[in-house]
Amino acid sequence: MALALQTFSTVKDANAALKAAGTRYLGGGTLVVRGANEGDVSVSSLIRSTEPALSAITVSGDNVRIGASLTMAAIAGHPNLVALARAARAVGGPAIRNMATVGGNLFAPAPYGDFTVALLALDAIVSTEGGEKPIETFLAKRQSNHAIVTEVGFTLPAEGLRFLKVSRVKPKGVSVLSIAAVLEQAPDGTVSSAHIALGCMADRPMRAKAAEEALLGRKLTSDGIAPALAVASDGTSPVTDPIASAWYRNEVLPVHLGRLLLA
Amino acid sequence: MAKIPVQFTLNGAEKAEFIDSGTTLLHALRDKIGDTSPKGGCHQGTCGACSVIIDGELRLSCLTLAETCNGAAITTTSGLSQGGVLHPLQRAFLDAFATQCGFCTPGMIMAAKVLLDHTPDPSRDEVVEALSGNICRCTGYEPIIQAVLTAARSNSQNAA
Ligand SMILES: Cc1cc2nc3c(=O)[nH]c(=O)nc-3n(C[C@H](O)[C@H](O)[C@H](O)COP(=O)(O)OP(=O)(O)OC[C@H]3O[C@@H](n4cnc5c(N)ncnc54)[C@H](O)[C@@H]3O)c2cc1C
Ligand code: FES
Ligand code: FES
Repeated sequence: MALALQTFSTVKDANAALKAAGTRYLGGGTLVVRGANEGDVSVSSLIRSTEPALSAITVSGDNVRIGASLTMAAIAGHPNLVALARAARAVGGPAIRNMATVGGNLFAPAPYGDFTVALLALDAIVSTEGGEKPIETFLAKRQSNHAIVTEVGFTLPAEGLRFLKVSRVKPKGVSVLSIAAVLEQAPDGTVSSAHIALGCMADRPMRAKAAEEALLGRKLTSDGIAPALAVASDGTSPVTDPIASAWYRNEVLPVHLGRLLLA
Repeated sequence: MAKIPVQFTLNGAEKAEFIDSGTTLLHALRDKIGDTSPKGGCHQGTCGACSVIIDGELRLSCLTLAETCNGAAITTTSGLSQGGVLHPLQRAFLDAFATQCGFCTPGMIMAAKVLLDHTPDPSRDEVVEALSGNICRCTGYEPIIQAVLTAARSNSQNAA
């Protein structure tokens, strides 16, 4: 079936067009055009907006706002976003990174969504014309979202963003799993705040709440993190795909989480 | 459905075509314009055989809609040789036996060209990283990596 593209200069007009049946927003197209090439006939019309705000990055102090049309390559190369470079570079190969957008990554099903794992650990805010939502709430209901995501916002973490992606093919390969963590430590070295996000451990990125809680008040030593690793897989329901089985993902999660926390 | 016009430069030459909306750039280049150097391997973004350079960036033409390229400057491997003289990358690929069936070659050369345009003297790791989105079923990759390193060296010798 023929696919038609409609381009609008404003998000408002594009959102109005997206109300019609059979329409889908076009980001970089790495998933949606791929779907069409594979014979997905549920989409007959692609909608995009060229509004410049969608491609803007603003960094003021520690506050960052990234337009949804920004690509992984643009983020990986941005001098003020060094903290996110590792997560942006984890997505696909060079050509994919030149195309894959932040907005599209928010909707990417497992085993994809590595960049969103980082955004989840950063507790990002996801903006649409209708308002702002914490990323966790946004992800929980993303399938019923029909509005264009315009930008994501977050605070750069003082102690940095830890990120790790495990894949079988190096340097580019689909995730066995990915983990992002934002930790704060008290002067005595104990963890005072922990945000840990997991990729491929459910159909979409999820927080490792039990592990986060078990880390509080503990030091980042093998003994200190042991209780957190013991509950790392609580609440997970990993995908089974050609990369890894659900069982394998659960088995190796504590090993990789341990490496990330001790790094 | 009504055809829509697209217009861009391809290897420096102005091109204008009428296409169906939703046509991929790969389809437009190969079947409309007649540049068959980008290859359709998977149409899924995984093989890299369809790689082209759009406004200086490596892109997959199988996942790019042609109408989003209006006004762009597109480079394909067929535009690299000048007056019958092969581009240093093409020469190095031939000399190093880095092309066997040849299906991956235009995509590999596009990926390598973008690398050398930005990083004239890359390390081996940088070459591997730059080619990581391209699959080759024949060569085992090593001759390709060597070809890119050789082309980089011959470029720097020519520049010296
Ligand atoms: C070969 C290959 C390798 C890949 N490797 C990885 C990888 O390693 N890691 C990874 O995370 N992903 C990977 N991906 C998946 C994908 O490229 C990325 O997830 C990418 O970020 C998706 O973004 P996009 O702009 O291309 O999305 P699109 O294909 O344009 O869109 C995907 C979905 O999101 C919706 N959407 C896009 N933007 C918006 C917006 N602003 N507002 C509302 N809805 C929107 C679209 O309607 C569509 O439903 C890979 C894909 C391919 C083909
Ligand atoms: S044909 Fe485009 S990546 Fe394989
Ligand atoms: S030479 Fe045959 S696929 Fe690379």
